Amino acid sequence: MARKKRPKKGLGGQLSFSDIVSISDFSRNDIEIILSEAKKLEKMPLQAKKQLLFGKTVATLFFEPSTRTKLSFETAAQNLGAGVIGFADANVSSAKKGESLSDTIRVVSDYADIIVMRHYIEGAARLASEVSKKPIINAGDGSNQHPTQTLLDLYTVEKAFGKIDGLTIGLFGDLRYGRTVHSLAQALALFNDVGLVLISPETLALPDYVKKQIEGRIKYIEAQELSEFIKELDVLYVTRIQKERFADPVEYEKVKGKYGLNKKSLEKAKENLKVMHPLPRVDELSTDIDQTKHALYFEQAKNGVIVREALLNLLKDVKKW
Amino acid sequence: MVKKTKDGLYIKPIEKGTTIDHLPVGTALHVLNIIGKTDSAITVAIGVPSRKLGKKDLVFVENKTLSNEQIAQIALIAPGATLNIIEKNEVILKSRLEMPKKVVGLITCINPKCITNMESVETIFYIENNALARCHYCEKIMSKDDYTARLRL
Ligand SMILES: [Zn+2]
Repeated sequence: MARKKRPKKGLGGQLSFSDIVSISDFSRNDIEIILSEAKKLEKMPLQAKKQLLFGKTVATLFFEPSTRTKLSFETAAQNLGAGVIGFADANVSSAKKGESLSDTIRVVSDYADIIVMRHYIEGAARLASEVSKKPIINAGDGSNQHPTQTLLDLYTVEKAFGKIDGLTIGLFGDLRYGRTVHSLAQALALFNDVGLVLISPETLALPDYVKKQIEGRIKYIEAQELSEFIKELDVLYVTRIQKERFADPVEYEKVKGKYGLNKKSLEKAKENLKVMHPLPRVDELSTDIDQTKHALYFEQAKNGVIVREALLNLLKDVKKW
Repeated sequence: MVKKTKDGLYIKPIEKGTTIDHLPVGTALHVLNIIGKTDSAITVAIGVPSRKLGKKDLVFVENKTLSNEQIAQIALIAPGATLNIIEKNEVILKSRLEMPKKVVGLITCINPKCITNMESVETIFYIENNALARCHYCEKIMSKDDYTARLRL
């Protein structure tokens, strides 16, 4: 699909864009640049890292609250020595007074070198990237995109296996409404020979429009029983099934049991199967897995900071126009 | 521009103006919507026999040319239609309307949570396979029926 790409500026011809808005913009090369930057920063001593964004300002504009994501970005910015400005809630921002998003972003892009934003309105980050003089990082726009989650998921897989190509990855739970799994499936389709096993209740299967995006680029099968496929999997990515998705509470209770994961459900798994989850969890992921070698989700959460550091460092000198 | 069939004349030819031919059946009403209020005389035929399409719609507008935006909207909802400009009973310009790859400002987004429905920003859609339209901003996908009902008039 034709998408508007900005001219490569200030990135040494690295990334093919100057804003992190949507996984749909990414090529495999873009993903690899970010993952290798993260790898590099992970090995760097904190004192050296502190110099990377010294004197720079990162704005975190959270029009919709998300404490975890905000803390992760702010930690990343501070680890690189940047100053942080921003707000955590649209109620305290100018948006409440009726200022347009475009105006808010234009003003802030004079103060900050990079803008991280989360908004409940879908497409807000794309619009912001078109009016901002400085790079925008989308930290979630409604149910549309949350690209840094996908990047940290990919980084976590690559770190655990040394590769992404050739792995068999199970996506488990609510595959219909979860934007996390949509973006992940889209991104995995950029790699070679990845097999996807889509395990969900029939009513919560991956939507057709997502299947169309990955069709022909990745092999996938759909299933309703985890037990049939658990032996095959290298990664099992668990998502929560929300009660609101079911009109009938009895139906929900049935599904909840079947799509909850515990130590017993992993008995037949490969020894090096890794379980991932975007966190926070409720009861779909039992704590009895935490102490097993299968648990990768705390590591995954920790990787959020390092991947965000990589993005900040790659975008710090971008001049858009 | 005589529109003659075995049964005779469906629409009286016009001396001057615009005719839109080979419209898929049912699209003439949307074309009227696109043309909107006008002092020009408009003649419409719906579901008349066509060698090319089996059946088709026709819209003749007297003494008027359409704006580029109106033509682009007709191309979007009825690709393959033929647009003729008539002067002194002669076709002076004939063009086959093609489905655009990108449409700017012509339709509105179906997603109520889309930024284009919240803030004054021109809509942009990419037309993909099977005539689906993907919003540049919220990335939601609309079917042809969805966006035919969402023409910005
Ligand atoms: Zn939209």
